[in-house]
Amino acid sequence: MGQLAGAAVIVAKDLRVELRGRHAAVLVGPFVATLVVAFGLSLGPGGAAVERLAPGLLWLTALFGAVLLCRRAYEIEFDDDAMLGLLLAPGPNSAVYLGKAIAIAIQLAVLEAGIFALVVVLYGLPAAVSPAAVAAALALGALGLGGLGALLGAVAGTTRTRESVLPLLVFPLSVPMLIAGAKATALALYGPVGELGRWLGLLVAADVVFWALGTLLFDYMVED
Amino acid sequence: MRALRRVGGWITGDRGRRALGWTAGTGLALSAACSLFVVPADAEQGVVQRLMYVHVPTAWVAYLAFTVVFAASVAYLRTRRTRWDRLAEASAEVGVVFTGLTIVLGALWGRPTWGVWWTWDPRLTTTAILFLIYLGYLAVRRLPENATRAYRWAAVVGILGFLDVPLVHLSVLWWRGLHQPPSVLRVQGPTIAPSMLLTLILAVAAFTAAYLWLLLTRMRLRRAEERAMSVLLRDPVARVTSPQSTEDGVRR
Repeated sequence: MGQLAGAAVIVAKDLRVELRGRHAAVLVGPFVATLVVAFGLSLGPGGAAVERLAPGLLWLTALFGAVLLCRRAYEIEFDDDAMLGLLLAPGPNSAVYLGKAIAIAIQLAVLEAGIFALVVVLYGLPAAVSPAAVAAALALGALGLGGLGALLGAVAGTTRTRESVLPLLVFPLSVPMLIAGAKATALALYGPVGELGRWLGLLVAADVVFWALGTLLFDYMVED
Repeated sequence: MRALRRVGGWITGDRGRRALGWTAGTGLALSAACSLFVVPADAEQGVVQRLMYVHVPTAWVAYLAFTVVFAASVAYLRTRRTRWDRLAEASAEVGVVFTGLTIVLGALWGRPTWGVWWTWDPRLTTTAILFLIYLGYLAVRRLPENATRAYRWAAVVGILGFLDVPLVHLSVLWWRGLHQPPSVLRVQGPTIAPSMLLTLILAVAAFTAAYLWLLLTRMRLRRAEERAMSVLLRDPVARVTSPQSTEDGVRR
């Protein structure tokens, strides 16, 4: 089985697990929604300040969601030692990485869209200057976080200690996505759209770096 | 090549390490004396500018240390020799300490000069994020139950963290700026007085020697830890027969 075919199988499997198990929908979704509400409450009712902070809050919440999603992506594999089966399956192990990364990215993109809608409604944001650019920023950010999370998620494994290390690793490493994502979203929401290219370009660069490194290094994370 | 190997063998041996320790100590004492009593204080900033002679070298050592972590991580994944992991771990620990020092010394310098302890300047921000990334690196090392897995995970994070730095720096650079532009490495030549520059070079050299000494000492400690562990595992009541025993089958 080729790399892409193998990856596609794993994407389908992981999304099926999510659709039937509803882990993200029942746990991660409500958690990030709570975060959005809590941020809103801690900042006081609407106004210019909240509007200015909204893009940053959106991405911070997405980051929390990403950590939970990539922990879950590997939790289901370590539960019954299913990981061993995946790695022994014919085809390169990088297919497992790509599948995991794409599945996490898709779930994260859906989650981000939900967060975004919630932020717009709760914080009363004006109509975006460039809706397409908002979508691009969310998608590119989700891809980058998925690529990073799929590589590091293997660390989370089964024990409590390990789970607590994941955010410590993912947060500082995802700073490029956090800054570029927040900046691009702010520009797409309020303009000026002139500087958008630079930030979207940085997001693309981060995606390429993380996906390339993930494909190269995934073997070392899981071989035993 | 052979000469290089001989020098390397001598430096990593006990006598070389001690000599390096004395060199580093003497160099640090000299550079401290120079920066405190010999060089004039800065005309504008006054005496506080003398912090430069510790702040710049610690920052240099921090970045050097993480570069070594990256190179050693790549070498470990390629060769699977424990010695590379020892180097990576030692360098990361020293690097984290020096990064912390850099941030603290920079804050002490920034307060009287800029009027703030901290500012979200690109270089400061990148250094702070580096600090966090390598704290994560050290945390990952403690996770797995078996040693080689810890080495591999650490190597992956060591590579990932290092290659993330340009992206981090670029993103915070575009985000804002306030640091003085680099004044030593400029095309027209340096803008600081020759005596200041010489003192700075001396301090950088001394701190680099100190870094190497810390590195070698930490690696030696780790080898001792491994020997003690392997003896315990083999025979809980055994005595260490010879300090160089490699019967445990670990490739060095």
